[in-house]
Amino acid sequence: MINTDICIIGAGPVGLFAVFEAGLLKMRCHLVDALPQVGGQLSEIYPQKPIYDIPGYPEVKAQELVDNLMKQIAPFKPTFSLGERIDFLEKQKDGSFVLTTNDKTQIHAKVVVIAGGLGCFEPRKPVLENLEHFEGKGITYMVKDPETFRDKKVILAGGGDSALDWTIYLSNLAQRVTLVHRNETFRGAPDSAAKVFDLANQGKIDLILSANLKKLGGNGRLNSVILENKTKEEIIIDADYLIPLFGLSPKLGPIANWGLNIDKNAIEVDTTDYSTNVKGIYAIGDINTYENKLKLILCGFHEAALMAHSAFKYVYPDQKLSFKYTTVNGVNAF
Amino acid sequence: MVTFTVEDLDGKRQDIEAPDDMGLSLMEILKASEYPVLATCGGMALCATCHVEILEGKDGLGEATDVELDQLETLPELFPTSRLACQIRISELLDGAVIKLRGEDN
Repeated sequence: MINTDICIIGAGPVGLFAVFEAGLLKMRCHLVDALPQVGGQLSEIYPQKPIYDIPGYPEVKAQELVDNLMKQIAPFKPTFSLGERIDFLEKQKDGSFVLTTNDKTQIHAKVVVIAGGLGCFEPRKPVLENLEHFEGKGITYMVKDPETFRDKKVILAGGGDSALDWTIYLSNLAQRVTLVHRNETFRGAPDSAAKVFDLANQGKIDLILSANLKKLGGNGRLNSVILENKTKEEIIIDADYLIPLFGLSPKLGPIANWGLNIDKNAIEVDTTDYSTNVKGIYAIGDINTYENKLKLILCGFHEAALMAHSAFKYVYPDQKLSFKYTTVNGVNAF
Repeated sequence: MVTFTVEDLDGKRQDIEAPDDMGLSLMEILKASEYPVLATCGGMALCATCHVEILEGKDGLGEATDVELDQLETLPELFPTSRLACQIRISELLDGAVIKLRGEDN
């Protein structure tokens, strides 16, 4: 069990800056993010795009802002569980919380701060009958451990970089790799696309173009995938695994089940301290909502500061909080 | 002002009137009209959460850029006239168009 003062859900810019504001008040933070890296949508969606409305930076690239935030919070030694999603949150008798991730990591925290942006980035799923039925029983949306696919019959679907890259990688490992793509050409990296065409020409993989996933076959476990080609003919392919790779999309996910007041996929908060209706749980950044809410990074930073001053009473119930400027006192690390 | 028709995920149609002189995108109008469009990336053609299908419209409402086509490519479901609403400017091209929401149900 990981023990911390504050568990921050979401390691985007606002979640990261919350570590700084908490750190100034001697509160330790553990961050959890569904993505394998910090930075949230800045790193995942637009790392090279410039941002123009961060005070003091006329222009800063999204990834550069994330890197700087990591530098800024380093003195407070935050800890991370990346690539994990909080599935369960349980309030303890003493008012603290135990959070459990999908990988069964457990975190004990006095305060929970949800800085989840638009939610967890989850794989986009194709529309197929019985899809849920086969999830974990032959259908997987990411390659966590490539060894799973050794000597197996694997079908990948999609036309982006990850579909191309995994096709190339798994071609050396799996018994047979089939890549299904709805178009005749790929828009992904030209080098990877050329390599995939080479592998197909050499007979090392099966490349099925202008085709779509149609049906899933199997009794309890996936054993075949039925495709439909341009001329509406059905093609049946034996498969142990199907890996649909159609990018990621944000979903509110398990947060919706924690008894918080939610309005249109956002958590309602009290604007005096960004607390939610559940004592000890705060929501900051794009995931919260209140009158006149603006989804701006700079607003999230402000919310983080007010949250930290309010959360102090849960972490140090017997201490009186005195407000200090960093210019006067410096950043006193742990 | 231009007027076009929007068909929601349940197939319900509604006429929408929008100003064509304010540099707004179709995504912004859809959001302002309370349609469930996430627009995660804010309009940079980087998330494809504002996926729409142009059922009727002049010239497919303009050419899609490479960035937009790359992003559309990642979607599990794609139609011959799929576009990203954030990449469509509100202009006279939209007058009389029929647009079907295709983004995931959020």
